[in-house]
Amino acid sequence: MFDPEILPLIFAALLGASILLYVVLDGFDLGVGLLFPFAGEAERDRMIASIGPFWDANETWLVLAIGILLVAFPVAHGDILTALYLPVAVMLIGLILRGVAFEFRAKAPLGHKRPWDGAFWAGSLMTALAQGFMLGMYIMGLSWTWATVAFSALTAGALAVAYSFIGAGWVILKTDGALQRKAIRWAQGGIWGVVLGMGAVSVATPLVSPRIFAKWFSFPEIVTLAPLPLMSGLLVALLWLALRRLPTVNDSFAWFPFVGAVVLMVLGFFGMAYSFYPYIVPEQLTIREAAAAPESLAIILVGTLVVLPMIIAYTVLAYVIFRGKATKLSYD
Amino acid sequence: MDTLLLSRIQFAANISFHILFPTITIALGWALLFFKLRFNRTKDRKWMDLYLFWVKVFALSFALGVVSGITMSFQFGTNWPGFMETVGNVAGPLLAYEILTAFFLEAVFLGIMLFGASRVPGWLHTLATFLVAFGTTMSAFWILVLNSWMHTPVGHELRDGVVHAVDWWAIVFNPSMPYRLAHMLLASGLTVAFLIAGLSAWRWLRGDKAPEVATGLRFGVILGALLIPVQILAGDMHGLNTLEHQPAKVAAMEGNWETRGHVPLLLFALPDEVARENRMEIGIPSLASVILKHDPAGVVPGLNDFVAEDGTVTHPPVAAVFWSFRVMVGIGVLMLVASWAGVWMLWRRGAESLPRPYLWGLTGMTFAGWGATLAGWYTTEIGRQPWLVQGVLTVEEAVGEIAAGMVLTTLIAYLVIYLVLLAAYIGVIFHLARKGGRVAAPLTAPVLQPAE
Repeated sequence: MFDPEILPLIFAALLGASILLYVVLDGFDLGVGLLFPFAGEAERDRMIASIGPFWDANETWLVLAIGILLVAFPVAHGDILTALYLPVAVMLIGLILRGVAFEFRAKAPLGHKRPWDGAFWAGSLMTALAQGFMLGMYIMGLSWTWATVAFSALTAGALAVAYSFIGAGWVILKTDGALQRKAIRWAQGGIWGVVLGMGAVSVATPLVSPRIFAKWFSFPEIVTLAPLPLMSGLLVALLWLALRRLPTVNDSFAWFPFVGAVVLMVLGFFGMAYSFYPYIVPEQLTIREAAAAPESLAIILVGTLVVLPMIIAYTVLAYVIFRGKATKLSYD
Repeated sequence: MDTLLLSRIQFAANISFHILFPTITIALGWALLFFKLRFNRTKDRKWMDLYLFWVKVFALSFALGVVSGITMSFQFGTNWPGFMETVGNVAGPLLAYEILTAFFLEAVFLGIMLFGASRVPGWLHTLATFLVAFGTTMSAFWILVLNSWMHTPVGHELRDGVVHAVDWWAIVFNPSMPYRLAHMLLASGLTVAFLIAGLSAWRWLRGDKAPEVATGLRFGVILGALLIPVQILAGDMHGLNTLEHQPAKVAAMEGNWETRGHVPLLLFALPDEVARENRMEIGIPSLASVILKHDPAGVVPGLNDFVAEDGTVTHPPVAAVFWSFRVMVGIGVLMLVASWAGVWMLWRRGAESLPRPYLWGLTGMTFAGWGATLAGWYTTEIGRQPWLVQGVLTVEEAVGEIAAGMVLTTLIAYLVIYLVLLAAYIGVIFHLARKGGRVAAPLTAPVLQPAE
């Protein structure tokens, strides 16, 4: 039914799409958690209210991504996850803390709210740092040396800042008044981290691998690739200008920092995808080598083609229902 | 300790912690739908109050279930890479279908169910409640298909040591799946029945006599009384199915060493695997033969059949299976007594005048379903040892080569977090019960408040 040669590529694309959706969607609600220490008590409630209906579904994209890696590329799954054992554990503990703190902070006795807010922040931070660390290790080919760990520490910090930036963009979009003005200042502070992070990854990636170096800097690839850094640079400049002019009187362009951050992440993602293709474990295992049996992939693909449009439809429905500025979360 | 044992303890800890919460949310989702539909029909405020109270417990349990479930999905790769490498062609699609048909459905509609009541029409909110309940049940379906296949694998063939699916219908409807699924769904129903009954009884004892408390009490006791006989029947059928496909497990459950007839039902024994006999045995003659073979002379397989010529033991550890089975059955019997006595008293005296010792008893059984569910899972999962996939892959073959120290470090971290969260969860549930009716009245203050 499906060409067995094409199936691994389709699943690699699905995996990429899930990771990208995860990074953007959970990115903004992790970012909101990261910004907790800078907000007051009532502001934190409103920030939580802005992500309340979404965070759970956002996190499900991570489960889908790991699921696709697991089912479509079982060999790569084992290689990658055993190499990243410790950062994965840190991320999982972070996700646990963050997910439960979300509920506990509102349901526990009032005196316990502050410690749970602390847990929400700590969980978000652990998750963001661990994911950034894993990104760095992945770029470095999953080998543990002093140099790779140092680089991964840098990407860990960079991703946490990037998440904070998109989180600030989300708060600008979903709130108004004093909190919105605060979020604009957070975004102004965060944009430098984004530039630094993306720059560091861009400089390091070709240096680590001669193959990627050749892929980037040979003619005519360099011409087709050039729009990526150019567009990123232009977008950063526009974001910087916009953040200086926000908030506007009628709240126009409040969407721009968030959307700009999303586009930046998408551009960064495509840069990475271009560099690493066709490898799934960098320089060791290609997409084709790691793929599961075609008949198993085919049966998943049938289900995916039917169900994924439905998932996207009701996800969009949820964002439509909860559009506009965040208000009090209430069960009735 | 070695990596294998530590990884097993870690996975056992994760999955034990995880299963507590789906066990609640699967059935509680349907209970919420029931409350909602009753409210839509009767317009009686007490049903909405019940809904509003239990939806908080649902949200909390759901969050704990989600985050502990994510941990498990990663541990397949971090600790058990051999599992996916060998049986990934079967396990993969089943897990993928769980994510696609269940996880997104529940996660997205949970947001609408929890926070959308004032933003969407009533029918859409009821539909969202239905879809969340449906999603949790779908999730249970897929994961139990996979788990059952690991116990009774069919529909596949081995090529170069890797499992390939040949008949998906046979894989999904593998021999133990219908029994295991029914047993688990009923376990979830009973867990929720006693959770609602227990917490309502406690509220009543504390003097919270709001109408929804009495209704919750009645709902929990009656649900428990209805489900427990069905569960005993389903459990029996599940046992017979296990006897057919995994006789070594049943031999361990019965503590029966020699294949023979007239096997007693042991009420107490200390199985000794070194001497290969039981100490301090107390049993009812021939009853195990009657239960398993419907004949006092019925021959029941014994553990000694599962020792190879060279002395290699291929049956599961006896004492653990023997005792967890007894804990499960014991709690089941207690549930039968408590719920049927409760229904009798409800019928004679009404929910408003149940005796206090009985209410305290129900309070003590608030989490009885957890005990039975965990004990049941230990029976079936330890009973599969040394196999991970019966007859296909052993646990030892699947474990990843991680330094034991690393596994130990993460194990300790997980255990600490799980204990803290479990204490916090139980504490908060009783805290919510203490606040009870007082927050059910709609808040009118325009201040921004987090959802409770």
